[in-house]
Amino acid sequence: MHKDIQGLQKVNRREMKRREAALKAQSERQQDTVYVASQFKLTVRKFRRNRLAVVGLILLCIIYFIALFADFLAPYGKNTYNPSITNMAPKGMHWIDAEGNFSFRPFVYEIVSSYDPVTFAPTYMEDTSSKQYVSFFARGDEYKLLGLIETDIHLFGVDNPKGENGVFGVYLFGTDQAGRDLFSRTLIGTQISGTVGLVGVLLSFILGLLLGGLSGYIGGKVDMVIQRIIDFTISLPTIPLWMALAAAVPANWPVTKTYFCITIILSLVSWPNLARTVRSKFMSLKNEDFVKAARVSGASTFRIICKHMVPMFMSHLIASLSLSIPGMILGETSLSFLSLGLRPPAVSWGVLLADAQKFRNVVLYPWTMIPGVFVVVTVMAFNFVGDGLRDAADPYL
Amino acid sequence: MLKYIVKRTLVLIPLLLALSVVVFVIIQLPPGDYLTTYINNLRSTGQQVTEDEIAALEARYGFDQPMYVQYMKWAQNLLRGDLGYSFVYKRSVNSLIASRLPATITLSVVSVLLIWIIAFPLGFYSATHKYSLGDYAFTSVSFFGISVPEFLLAIIIMYLYFLTTRQYAGGLYSDEFAGQPWTWAKIVNMLQHVWIPLLIIAFTGTAGLFKTFRANLIDELNKPYVKTARAKGVGNMRLLIKYPVRIALIPFIATVGWLLPGLISGQTILAQVLSLPTVGPLLLTALQNQDMYLAGSIVFIMGVLSMIGTLVSDILLALTDPRIRSSM
Repeated sequence: MHKDIQGLQKVNRREMKRREAALKAQSERQQDTVYVASQFKLTVRKFRRNRLAVVGLILLCIIYFIALFADFLAPYGKNTYNPSITNMAPKGMHWIDAEGNFSFRPFVYEIVSSYDPVTFAPTYMEDTSSKQYVSFFARGDEYKLLGLIETDIHLFGVDNPKGENGVFGVYLFGTDQAGRDLFSRTLIGTQISGTVGLVGVLLSFILGLLLGGLSGYIGGKVDMVIQRIIDFTISLPTIPLWMALAAAVPANWPVTKTYFCITIILSLVSWPNLARTVRSKFMSLKNEDFVKAARVSGASTFRIICKHMVPMFMSHLIASLSLSIPGMILGETSLSFLSLGLRPPAVSWGVLLADAQKFRNVVLYPWTMIPGVFVVVTVMAFNFVGDGLRDAADPYL
Repeated sequence: MLKYIVKRTLVLIPLLLALSVVVFVIIQLPPGDYLTTYINNLRSTGQQVTEDEIAALEARYGFDQPMYVQYMKWAQNLLRGDLGYSFVYKRSVNSLIASRLPATITLSVVSVLLIWIIAFPLGFYSATHKYSLGDYAFTSVSFFGISVPEFLLAIIIMYLYFLTTRQYAGGLYSDEFAGQPWTWAKIVNMLQHVWIPLLIIAFTGTAGLFKTFRANLIDELNKPYVKTARAKGVGNMRLLIKYPVRIALIPFIATVGWLLPGLISGQTILAQVLSLPTVGPLLLTALQNQDMYLAGSIVFIMGVLSMIGTLVSDILLALTDPRIRSSM
């Protein structure tokens, strides 16, 4: 027996060594997966445990999906109007008809308009005797999907909008004073309202990182000057300044130009806070041993900043950025609501809500408030995600 | 301490100077100059403008002179307390703003007190009863509070009020009391109207303050000194009030900083929706009519108020927080 093993060992010495090494490597790998997780991994794990933040993230995904495919999801174009159905209350799809029969495929009734004998205001009734099925992937107004593919296919719509006495159509949120579908316009408004915050935050991110970084890394006189600029900008009254600057944007400018102007105005106010955070981080990091070591071994300033310092507080920055997006969305909505920000023909939630500025409109046509729901949901989702990110990025929590 | 106050006050001077430049730029931003607009406006209403009048206006604002001279003239008038003339209202800007300021400031002060009174106990309860049912309730309501635009909330409440009472809820008092002297009936009527803006301001303002207070207090409660004090047998209430609450109260003191400016500027849009006689709607009409001296003056006054507010809150913070004092 003993001899046998010895013989085996002699023959298979190499094989044994190889196995030993493999075993060692495997156990090391196992230890890796158990004990070592990168900062990013830890952050993701912590974020996923926060249920509100995950819900917020899912909501945001839905909202930006809507923004991307708004033209396809909306049954009508943003400027398609029908003067025969102005200020109409929501008329949605039906599944059960007047006789109580269930139909799996939704249908709409013919909308017949008449005048109120006393006030002469138009009233709209659904004629339950005449119905038409809603068709999916229906042909309608032409648009460019993602700005590239020209098509006229919408997720749903009605094939023959003309009825004998009235019109057929799906108007989930009702129509405005020009007879435009509020549902379609709200979806398309997502494109502007949803991106204003992102573009604005990108601008203030660049400004804040640049000025805060310069201030914290160079110090001295540069720091002094930048600090005073920051102090001054913070002490300005936000909303009146926004209003005054937005009012100066000429009304006859094209939509894209106004859009960028408004974003710049919005980010003018939010960069100083970011710059302050970046500065204090730079101040505390520049005397750390690892930064000194990098400097001694001859790394360039740019490399030290990008490779060694910024990653240290990147997660913190992203969290505070995502928390400043809601303010920008609310800012755009408020400015456009007052007709100071974006103006028609631009379509954003604020522009749509401007119809609710007159209290008379709200009382007569309460559905003009619907775009507000989208504003609240989006802002709330950003707050959830921002809070979750901040907590997840904090290693001491 | 005195040195700190003097130093902080002196810093105000260059800030005010910079503010006046920004406001002057805002006044100059719209195309066309004030004088041309003014004369066109007068002519369109059928009024005669004599050469003397034009000359007097030109001399006053220095329209025929380069930009920096115009700025100097405007700043001189500003220093003398003359804010200019509003051609839309045909009154001096001073009297216009003075007529709106009392309501604005009263509304702001009352709402800040209301925010403090509501936010403190709620935040205290939520932080000490973390993850309890009440905490979840308050936290979710506060999330809604910071997410809903104030004007939207105002519209919704006005709509609901109209549905139940068939009455218009805007304004500070009913139409029949406009221009009447202050009587008991008018005060009662005002109280019936004023609860809506107060409710909205208190709701949205409380939401923000509640969140910071709760987060700060929870941070403090996790610190080792709290554990030590507990271990040594300090009574729960006494411990909380004496140490962590004092530190978590800092955001309350910081709110003094935006007591004046934050509320005056923050309620600009709300006041427009509720048609309150405050400075906000005045700013909006001024901007819509390009009545730039009025608009610029309002922005300037709000800026001055917010700078004074920041100064006051900085001093208060230094008074209450020994850590700030020792770093001075």
